[in-house]
Amino acid sequence: MLYYLTKRLGLSAAVIGLVVLVLFSLLHLIPGDPATIALGPRATPEAIARYAEKMHLDEPVWRQFLIYIGNALTGDLGLDVFSNRPVTAIIMERIGFTLALVCAGMGWAMLLGIPLGCLAAVKPGSWLDRVTGVLSVGTIAVPSFLVSIWALLIFAVQLRWLPAIGAGEPGQLGDQLSHLVLPAFAIGLSWVGYLARMVRASMLEVMGENYIRSARAFGLHPQRVIFGYALRVAILPTITLIGMGFGGMISSTVFAEIIFARPGIGKLIFDAVMARNFPIVQGAVLVATGLYILVVLFSDILIAWFDPRVRESL
Amino acid sequence: MSENRSESETGLPAVDATGLPDHVTAGAIRESAARERREKLRMFLTNWQGLTGLILVVLFFASAIFAPWIAPYDPNALDVPSRLSGPTWDHLAGTDQLGRDTLSRILYGGRVALKIAAIGVSVALVAGLVLGMIAGFGPRWLDNLLLLAFDTVRAFPTIVLALAMVALTGPSLEMVLAIVIITSIPQYARVARTATLTLRNTDFILAERSLGASMARTLLHHVMPNVVGPLLILAAMDLPVVVTVEAGLSFLGLGVLPPTASWGTILNEGYLVIRDAPLMVIAGGIPLVLTTLGFTFLGEALRDIFDPRMGKGR
Repeated sequence: MLYYLTKRLGLSAAVIGLVVLVLFSLLHLIPGDPATIALGPRATPEAIARYAEKMHLDEPVWRQFLIYIGNALTGDLGLDVFSNRPVTAIIMERIGFTLALVCAGMGWAMLLGIPLGCLAAVKPGSWLDRVTGVLSVGTIAVPSFLVSIWALLIFAVQLRWLPAIGAGEPGQLGDQLSHLVLPAFAIGLSWVGYLARMVRASMLEVMGENYIRSARAFGLHPQRVIFGYALRVAILPTITLIGMGFGGMISSTVFAEIIFARPGIGKLIFDAVMARNFPIVQGAVLVATGLYILVVLFSDILIAWFDPRVRESL
Repeated sequence: MSENRSESETGLPAVDATGLPDHVTAGAIRESAARERREKLRMFLTNWQGLTGLILVVLFFASAIFAPWIAPYDPNALDVPSRLSGPTWDHLAGTDQLGRDTLSRILYGGRVALKIAAIGVSVALVAGLVLGMIAGFGPRWLDNLLLLAFDTVRAFPTIVLALAMVALTGPSLEMVLAIVIITSIPQYARVARTATLTLRNTDFILAERSLGASMARTLLHHVMPNVVGPLLILAAMDLPVVVTVEAGLSFLGLGVLPPTASWGTILNEGYLVIRDAPLMVIAGGIPLVLTTLGFTFLGEALRDIFDPRMGKGR
């Protein structure tokens, strides 16, 4: 396990290093003066000079990269072009909104999708199984940004049940929660389908195993057999799916934040792209990508911990 | 042949080098292959999901290709007096804020989606196939290097990478294509690599190599035909993702630029007038859902028929 852990951590570190390299070199791959490209055509000469100094643009490229990576490691992601505030501070202000949304979206999808998959697998061919099958294909086929737009149209504009934009008044929990409902619904919906399908497929496989038959033969309560024994094994591929799919989750969070004008990381990146504020784009993309890498790492380690066979495969 | 001599002892039919009984002629092999093809066709024709998918996909292709002949209006023709109208006999899917006919714009938008999907998926498939075969057949260090590169690309959530790239170059159709191709290559390459690795030590490849066939010949004539099948199924599953990415980026104003009609730009313009003309975001989203549904159904049916093992682990 220690060997696996070291190797897996090393791989993640290498990938994060390469991600930083890609983000850094994006600016230099495009022909033209990096400072002008980064700040856009409307930037004042003073801003360009300041950026060039801050990024050490007069140094050789490899030294610029080392300086950038050194700064990033100490938590310094540069300065906002317009307000001159540290990018790290701006990201920290916003990241809470994104994390709350991701947790809420994934949370309700798991609470609904996993039991649905279990119940469908227990009685294959039953009406519940068929409803789950149709539901999962249906929810997977509707792209999440479309779910966001349609949810906004139905529940906020037409029915006026829930607020359409923003994240609610700070400090008022009820208001903030009511602003969380629609975006969380939108990003979680397709996951209900994914999870239900995945859990159903692996449950069906596990339910045919001998130890499940013995557990039943011992006269254990059916619920205990399903949730206590079968699900514990059947959940493993689902954990991998959640880890791998987390990138898609971040993508749909970006859309949901823009559509519902929720001030998270996705909206931050989008606004910065529109305003040509490259230091913010660079920093926030790095944070979002780093988050995804960490989630995949965590899910991989979790799987390896549950299932020793996985440790051999790396 | 030793197998022939053993016939009288075991009473089993003789087996030659092809592993088939002696009396099996070339004609019989052809016939059994034809029977298998007929069987697969029968499986496909009785699979309602696959058929529905096929119909939707044909509809998507036909409406995109024949858009200039079936669209009732020019997609950019203004009709300001009847702007933001609901469904009428003149404008079946209503009009937008400039009085342009939404149905015509949807039909023309399908052309953009088809163009991106066709070019993007085929380039990504070929590039992924080549890179994957090189990774699987080449030296160990090259394999590791390519795997690290694939992992780095996959570490970026698609939309987040797209935002970072568009931040520097500005939105364009070519940029959407580049993003789609870059983010799709790793999944084709990984499947191609795994398939190549398993082929690498099979008898017929070893025989070919020992006869002195060049690496390029071995890969092109013997490995590729055995690798390309799963990739085509993957492509069918990847097409809706590509269409969704294009629509999503265009929706954000980061893809196809107005006034060009695309499903994304229609949704974008509809989002801005969602309170006054809800029809636009509904009409603009339906083709996207139908296309995604069609390709998903078709891809899953093909996978179930031709490669049942691929279904696991999904």
